[in-house]
Amino acid sequence: MHKMAATHDEDKSQYFWVWGALLVLTGIEVVLAYEQVLTPLHMLEVLMVLSIFKAALIIAYFMHLKFEIPVMRFMLMSSVAVCLCLMCIFFADAARILSLGVR
Amino acid sequence: MADVAVQHELTGAFEPSLFGTYSKKIGMWLFLASDSLTFGALLFAYSYGRISNPAWPTPFGKESIANATLMTACLLSSSLTMVLAVLASHRGDKAWIRNWLLATMVFGTAFIVLHAMEWTKLIGEGMTPFKNPWAATVPQFGGTFFTLTGMHMLHVTIGVIYLGVVAFRKKFLPVLLALWLVGWLATPANSIFHYGIHALLMGAIVSAMILFLHPKDYDAHDVEVSGLYWHFVDLVWMFIFPLVYLMSTKIV
Repeated sequence: MHKMAATHDEDKSQYFWVWGALLVLTGIEVVLAYEQVLTPLHMLEVLMVLSIFKAALIIAYFMHLKFEIPVMRFMLMSSVAVCLCLMCIFFADAARILSLGVR
Repeated sequence: MADVAVQHELTGAFEPSLFGTYSKKIGMWLFLASDSLTFGALLFAYSYGRISNPAWPTPFGKESIANATLMTACLLSSSLTMVLAVLASHRGDKAWIRNWLLATMVFGTAFIVLHAMEWTKLIGEGMTPFKNPWAATVPQFGGTFFTLTGMHMLHVTIGVIYLGVVAFRKKFLPVLLALWLVGWLATPANSIFHYGIHALLMGAIVSAMILFLHPKDYDAHDVEVSGLYWHFVDLVWMFIFPLVYLMSTKIV
């Protein structure tokens, strides 16, 4: 057939581990939100790191991208990441508005 | 084999797929890449408004956060059942494909119902897309919230219909129409869901067109491709939940 990665793992247990890890990470996020020990900026940083890690687990294991050929992994991930990062350039403008005193 | 090849004039000469997989999967990945940019733009717009507005309200108390956490657990569990459906499709086990897809749909429907309850509560407190009762100087709070979560809820609804069509084919159409009818009659006329439920009718019409104009037996590739869409929906929620809910918990 097509040239799919031959080492595709059909073991169910890894998916349960990934599911458990995702639930634990979600629990950590919720506890941090409840306790409010971090400043909003640090809270945002921690949440984004955890979210990106959860997204990576879902994409790699649930969406099986880990088992696809490197060309496909690179093309998909890099194109989306670059486009999303391009949007982030404008965050500096949002922070600048605070000091402009715009109502 | 034809869907992975470009046929040249020379008999038997085929180009292998650049991405090493069948074109249906590549097509879905390309769609998901574009949809991720849509949600990325919406999340960016929300974040931009949030950063530039120090008076952004933080109205989500313990009940809202508990509800949203339960919704997250439902979606994560639905992703697990979806993966198990894909594994069953690799084995050719039709009964378990249907069972796991049904379980995924149940979790997805639970997510939608919980989310609808959350929306109803917030609307009851006076929140609209144009104003909110917590910060009169931040009218865009409602607009960003309802746009983001509404767009996501629509994707989840389409996903449940998609899975239903793959699992049950034509047998799903009367179920979908019955759900539409019950939902329409059971919701009060002043509820947004009295009109939003028509998404099920539109889904039923589109599904009927596909099922009757292009009837086919859905195979393991179709299950896998529908799984990709479903995991994407879960993936987007992994960003909406912390950015919208957890960053706006009520500060007591």
